[in-house]
Amino acid sequence: MRRASWFNVTALTLGFAFLYLPMVLLVIYSFNSSKLVTVWAGFSTKWYGELLQNEAFLDAAVITLKVAVASSTLATILGTMAAYVLVRGGRFLGRTLFSGMIYAPLVMPEVITGLSLLLLFIGIGLDRGVLTIVLAHTTFSMCYVSVVVSSRLVSFDRSLEEAALDLGCSPFDAFRLVTLPIIAPAVISGWLLAFTLSLDDLVIASFTTGPSSTTLPIKIWSAVRLGVSPEINALSTIMIGIVTVGVISASLVSKRNAVKAQQDMQAAERGAT
Amino acid sequence: MSQKIFAPWDDPNEKPLIRFENVTKKFGDFTAIDDLTLNIYEKEFFALLGPSGCGKTTMMRMLAGFENPTSGKMELAGKNIAGTPPNKRAVNMMFQSYALFPHLSVWENIAFGLKRGSMDKRAIAARVEEMLKLTRLTKFAGRKPHQISGGQRQRVALARSLAKAPKLLLLDEPLGALDKKLRQDTQFELMDIQESTGTTFVIVTHDQEEAMTVASRVAVMDEGRIIQVATPDGIYEAPNSVYVADFIGDVNIIEGTAKPAGDGVYFLDWTENEPPFLATSDVPFSDGQKAHLAIRPEKISITTEKPDDAKNTVQGTVLDIAYLGNLSTYYVQLADGRIIKAQTANTRRLSRRSITWEDKVWVSWNATAGVLLEQ
Amino acid sequence: MRRFFLIAVPYVWLLALFLIPFFIVFKISLSDLALSIPPYTPTMKDGIGQMIKAFDFENFVFLTTDDLYWKAYLSSLKIALFSTVLALLVGYPMAYGMARAPEEWRPTLMMLVILPFWTSFLIRVYAWVGILSNEGFLNQFLLWTGVISTPLAIMNTTTAVYIGIVYTYLPFMILPIYAALDRLDESLIEAAQDLGCSRTKAFWLVTVPLSRSGIIAGCFLVFIPALGEFVIPSLLGGSGTLMIGKVLFEEFFNNRDWPVASAVAVILLLILIVPIILFQRNQQRQAEAET
Ligand SMILES: Nc1ncnc2c1ncn2[C@@H]1O[C@H](COP(=O)(O)OP(=O)(O)OP(=O)(O)O)[C@@H](O)[C@H]1O
Ligand SMILES: [Mg+2]
Repeated sequence: MRRASWFNVTALTLGFAFLYLPMVLLVIYSFNSSKLVTVWAGFSTKWYGELLQNEAFLDAAVITLKVAVASSTLATILGTMAAYVLVRGGRFLGRTLFSGMIYAPLVMPEVITGLSLLLLFIGIGLDRGVLTIVLAHTTFSMCYVSVVVSSRLVSFDRSLEEAALDLGCSPFDAFRLVTLPIIAPAVISGWLLAFTLSLDDLVIASFTTGPSSTTLPIKIWSAVRLGVSPEINALSTIMIGIVTVGVISASLVSKRNAVKAQQDMQAAERGAT
Repeated sequence: MSQKIFAPWDDPNEKPLIRFENVTKKFGDFTAIDDLTLNIYEKEFFALLGPSGCGKTTMMRMLAGFENPTSGKMELAGKNIAGTPPNKRAVNMMFQSYALFPHLSVWENIAFGLKRGSMDKRAIAARVEEMLKLTRLTKFAGRKPHQISGGQRQRVALARSLAKAPKLLLLDEPLGALDKKLRQDTQFELMDIQESTGTTFVIVTHDQEEAMTVASRVAVMDEGRIIQVATPDGIYEAPNSVYVADFIGDVNIIEGTAKPAGDGVYFLDWTENEPPFLATSDVPFSDGQKAHLAIRPEKISITTEKPDDAKNTVQGTVLDIAYLGNLSTYYVQLADGRIIKAQTANTRRLSRRSITWEDKVWVSWNATAGVLLEQ
Repeated sequence: MRRFFLIAVPYVWLLALFLIPFFIVFKISLSDLALSIPPYTPTMKDGIGQMIKAFDFENFVFLTTDDLYWKAYLSSLKIALFSTVLALLVGYPMAYGMARAPEEWRPTLMMLVILPFWTSFLIRVYAWVGILSNEGFLNQFLLWTGVISTPLAIMNTTTAVYIGIVYTYLPFMILPIYAALDRLDESLIEAAQDLGCSRTKAFWLVTVPLSRSGIIAGCFLVFIPALGEFVIPSLLGGSGTLMIGKVLFEEFFNNRDWPVASAVAVILLLILIVPIILFQRNQQRQAEAET
């Protein structure tokens, strides 16, 4: 085993302090009873209560969730198709263009994506609202999904699909019965990624939204432009809490599965005669 | 009661199950299979042998339907199968990596192919049970592939590909991942299963011993071409070229020029200061034609005294002895520097062995012991 | 048939919602501002021929004459570049420390790096507002310790933007470098030391070159999005910080000058093409090296 050196421990401690201290402060001060956010005046949960009373925030949250569920589901379907085409599609006309269109949105500045989509929606006369945000979010998050899924497909043993064909499956059945169940974890994490990207997006949503459909990030944005507010601290704490619980439990599940698989292997080796 | 020998390839009335006719397969400019013509008969256990990259897998994949020949004709039971997709062929393949579906249990893996047809549930269950029993896997039916050992996995793969009772089963290096002991057991198991199901097997292997053990016929390939097809003993005793002789087993190759000595008997001039060797050959050689005498080490005897009865004798010194347990191979250097390998069975204990390093010995063999080859 | 469908659906989607919009942006960048809906001229209604005739590069000329724009481009480049270097300086030691940490610790450390990934970007930037402002935590702390006597003005300066960018993009820097370092065979370093390198020398001669592809990937992953960043300069940089993403946003929403906003976007895209292509190359080389 490697010995943790003084330098490494310092680098990690300072680095993680830098990463987590701001969020920790945010969480702590969300329980501050004072309106002045940086002056501690005693523990209180009143800002959470006020947040729950604030209908504008609740409405925005509902819209955001709707958009996120719809766009991440669509993005997962399209992104998985795109990944399959990229990895298994062989050669076809415009393949380079296709893979370029998959990778470019990953690094495209949001202002450009947002602007261009808005101009498109106006050009074709589509009313801006939930639908346009869903279309916009689907477009950029399908690329993330397809990157996640294709990295799994690349390492996928092709002979499994061939075995399915050999045993009488049509290509579609081979995908449905063999490929999909095996790449399912990647598809699920693609969906989660698309979901959080959609929850988080401010810039593209600002461009493509209409007056009736304000999402949570837009709402937060207009609030934080005016400075720190305890309500936003409370909202942030809730969101950080959900993510933390989600990520930790996901990693625990995957760790448990890994341990179980290892035990199975050992049992199999012992049982083999 | 006389038992008929299984040799459909010698019977002109027999229809082959598989026919390759001038099949060529190219990947871009690269020719993987070069103008291949071959017949494989029903109930055969046919082995493909050859160096890495010679096109064995490619041939299998064409039979299974994963690749299409660039030109030529491929027939299965008299029907042209070019263009038929793999899921519509009565051919199943056992993959080198086994390709077991990791998310399905052993039972479900075996049932997978059966469920693709219109078989009813009870018939499927019965068939799966039958396959489990055949491959002795009944105890493991509920396990996932990662919960069983390598040898068991291999049997699941076999059971799965046999379940649909294909006309033809393709096995691509099926035993490559097993240790030697398990491999030998499995070879006999494979032969039993092949016999009891009556399926035609085509097997690819790197292990020539394995090919000799299991196969009814062996094809030796090189660079996309078939060099020789024959029964295991035919390949071993009567190779048609130096390539085949050298590829299968151990062999001494002595180069020289042939001189006819009447009635299929030839002299081979191989050096200046020694008398020529005498060898028989079915293939005619003209006077002065270049020839290679291929002779297996175990056909050569080694003695301290010059034997009187042998046709070919030559003297040399023992350079090295390789002790293999049951056998010993003697490396004998002749006067002109050539080395001849002679093999004897160790019927006596090591300490009693009479020949040792640096000894002057005689090696000898009969005129019919070797074969004379053109190239 | 099925294959055609499989290819066509995502293809058409991306063509319609990714590629075609760019052409629209380009087209509008060649148009003129007008007091109408949509606020530019000419439009399709004027007929294709008429429309093409009315196109000109006026907006691009305008961008060169008003020094707001080229200053914004330059300052974006400068900020993105500096933040990338800073992120590398912070991220490399962390990635190195992670790769050298005991085996059983690494999944946890990995999770600690990934966790902020999933947390709202906006909230993470917002968290710094409370820290950097005049009466924020940092100033309170420094005043309390007596290091300073008057509050530092960090909020609404470029420094705040650097901090914001490094903070939010740090995981993008750490992860590829960690991946590269994790693959690195430790015996290589031992071999270098065996051949007479000091530990520092072995680090510079072996570790750094072998983690190069990770460093390059990490730098691009920070540089490219930082260049067009909007949220961080708007929230932390104040009115004094010029960044092109912010200019574009304001041009569009505050001035409602769509043609100029489109021209700004076109130029930004042109600037980005080179790093994007370099990034793709690096990724491809890395993928090839792995197989
Ligand atoms: N899809 C392909 N594209 C290009 N070349 C190929 C392809 N498949 C096989 N080849 C080439 O065809 C030749 C024969 O390959 P094949 O897999 O049949 O060899 P093999 O005899 O099975 O070898 P091994 O014993 O190593 O498995 C090889 O030189 C290989 O590089
Ligand atoms: Mg092969």
